[in-house]
Amino acid sequence: MISIWFFIGISLSVNGALILAAGIYELVNPPVSPGVQLYYLHANVWWGAVLLVIGALYCFRFAPGRRT
Amino acid sequence: MTITGATYVTTRLVHLSPVDVVIVVFYFALVLSIGWYLRGRANTGEDFFMAGREMTAWVAGLSFLSANLGALELMGWAGSAYQYGIMATHAYWIGAIPAMLFLALVMMPFYYISKTHSVPGYLKLRFGEPSRALSAISFALMTVLMSGVNMFAMAKVMQIVLGWDINFSIWVSSVTVAIYVTLGGLRSAIFNEVLQFFLIWAGALLIPILGLYEAGGWTNLKLQIVQRTSEQYVHVWSGLGSFSNNPMGINWAGIVFGLGAVISMGYWTTDFLVVQRILAAKDIRSAEMAPIIGAGFKMLVPIIVILPGLLGLAVLPEKLVPESVAAATGAHSYNDVLPLMLARYCGPGLLGLGVTALIAGFMSGMAGNVSAFTTVWTYDIYRPFINSRSSDHHYVNMGRWTTVIGVLISVGTAYLVMQFASIMDYVQALFSFFIAPLFGTVVLGMLWKRTTGPGGFWGLLCGTISSISMWAWVKLDPSALRYVALSPHAKGLAQDYYQALWSFIVCVIVTVVVSLGTKPVPDSELIGLVYGLTEVPSVEDVPLYQKPLFWAGVVTVVFVALNIIFW
Repeated sequence: MISIWFFIGISLSVNGALILAAGIYELVNPPVSPGVQLYYLHANVWWGAVLLVIGALYCFRFAPGRRT
Repeated sequence: MTITGATYVTTRLVHLSPVDVVIVVFYFALVLSIGWYLRGRANTGEDFFMAGREMTAWVAGLSFLSANLGALELMGWAGSAYQYGIMATHAYWIGAIPAMLFLALVMMPFYYISKTHSVPGYLKLRFGEPSRALSAISFALMTVLMSGVNMFAMAKVMQIVLGWDINFSIWVSSVTVAIYVTLGGLRSAIFNEVLQFFLIWAGALLIPILGLYEAGGWTNLKLQIVQRTSEQYVHVWSGLGSFSNNPMGINWAGIVFGLGAVISMGYWTTDFLVVQRILAAKDIRSAEMAPIIGAGFKMLVPIIVILPGLLGLAVLPEKLVPESVAAATGAHSYNDVLPLMLARYCGPGLLGLGVTALIAGFMSGMAGNVSAFTTVWTYDIYRPFINSRSSDHHYVNMGRWTTVIGVLISVGTAYLVMQFASIMDYVQALFSFFIAPLFGTVVLGMLWKRTTGPGGFWGLLCGTISSISMWAWVKLDPSALRYVALSPHAKGLAQDYYQALWSFIVCVIVTVVVSLGTKPVPDSELIGLVYGLTEVPSVEDVPLYQKPLFWAGVVTVVFVALNIIFW
């Protein structure tokens, strides 16, 4: 049976990758009007990266077939 | 709420970008995939209703906590923090931690070794069929009402944040929950609750991080709040000496005895919605550790719920108002503070994750209610009173159908909830109707062997009736609040807390008097059900750091320290 922690890894990885990609896109193509406070911190870049790393660790650690 | 239906129109706070939409759609796809994957593992009653009783302490503990991270947690208490200040944290600390530890160390062994499927099931074993019937029916009623509250809250936030039609939100969420709970039963609900726990933290944690950065740190945040409100908004306990000295309109006795000793104990130890997750644990040590793990994380939840409300007080340019004023003026209400903060800080991608976190929170509460309702209906109403001789397969099918029907009833309830003035007051009233007397009955049954079946039944009934009577009294004559809550300065939450306290006391007195007037139950019939007559399985053959008692001590120390720090 696939571990619940693997599903969590999938979720965090995919969401992290999407958020990181959106952040990088904004860095390359800065919006004229950001629309949010503290835009200059580029939270979606570093928060997306954090989620991606944590998710990847979960996916690796709890991958189906891997002994835990 | 005074919203009258789907025709209510408001200006949306944000517009989702394509990446936000992908994140939301991915969430729905993932939860449905998990339900589909688990469909083959819910073929027996034990699998469908109890998740095979094979959950680890971590899975059971996070699910236990996540089932409670619904609409009230995310929106309601963030709104309460804006309205009452840091005192709202009482709902997470004294209003949860002692009760969770009491559940783990005192009550869980009895639930677990009796192998009951539900809390009403324990009442049947201890007090007989009438007590189970009363508890099961009242629980089923409360559950579908709570589920309706969750649905409405979700639809409301989707309307405010995204401009989604309220009907669309209700039906999409309810159909999704119905599908994954019907397919995978409790195991599917638990898996998705653990997933939702992570999503809620991933999606909501940025608000306090960025909010504190904008406010200039915790000290500056407190200064700004005091400038805009009063000193009591930044203290947890110091304003509780009298009803008139704090924004909540309550005193320390109401918080300690009403909230901490009755409502909280009742909710966390006898509400089957949360207890069911612990009953699915794989062994007695896991069953004891799960609430302790939940308590550890519960102490941290104010970071993503209370802190955004406090930040709203400091950084939002507009002043939020009560629901009734918001409906009349078009301004934003207290309950809108969390989505407002989300819109303030979260750009493309992060906004999608934040919205997904809200949806996840709402859906976890809904799934918890529906799975608990399904179990209680099937095991405590349908099987004993309607059809007691069918096969296990039949009851599993009944559970699947009940899931669908429960969702449909909840949808109807969601439309009903729109007519009520306040989400929070409504649900608090529900808690004190049923939960407080039930706690009195269960705890007396577990700790006092002299308690009899008639004592338990009449105590439960009289406690519930007294609670409803007090509520109706204040509803008809608001000035009666001074008698129920013991002060002319008391406000709404004080009524809920004192009402629960009185109904608990009525329940205990009636239970004791009737029990002493009826024939005692032989000790031989109480083995496994009552403290002192039951040999509780030992967990002493593990190292100190794996013992529930050790971790309960750690949680207690942190709990006391937090209350002193934020006194």
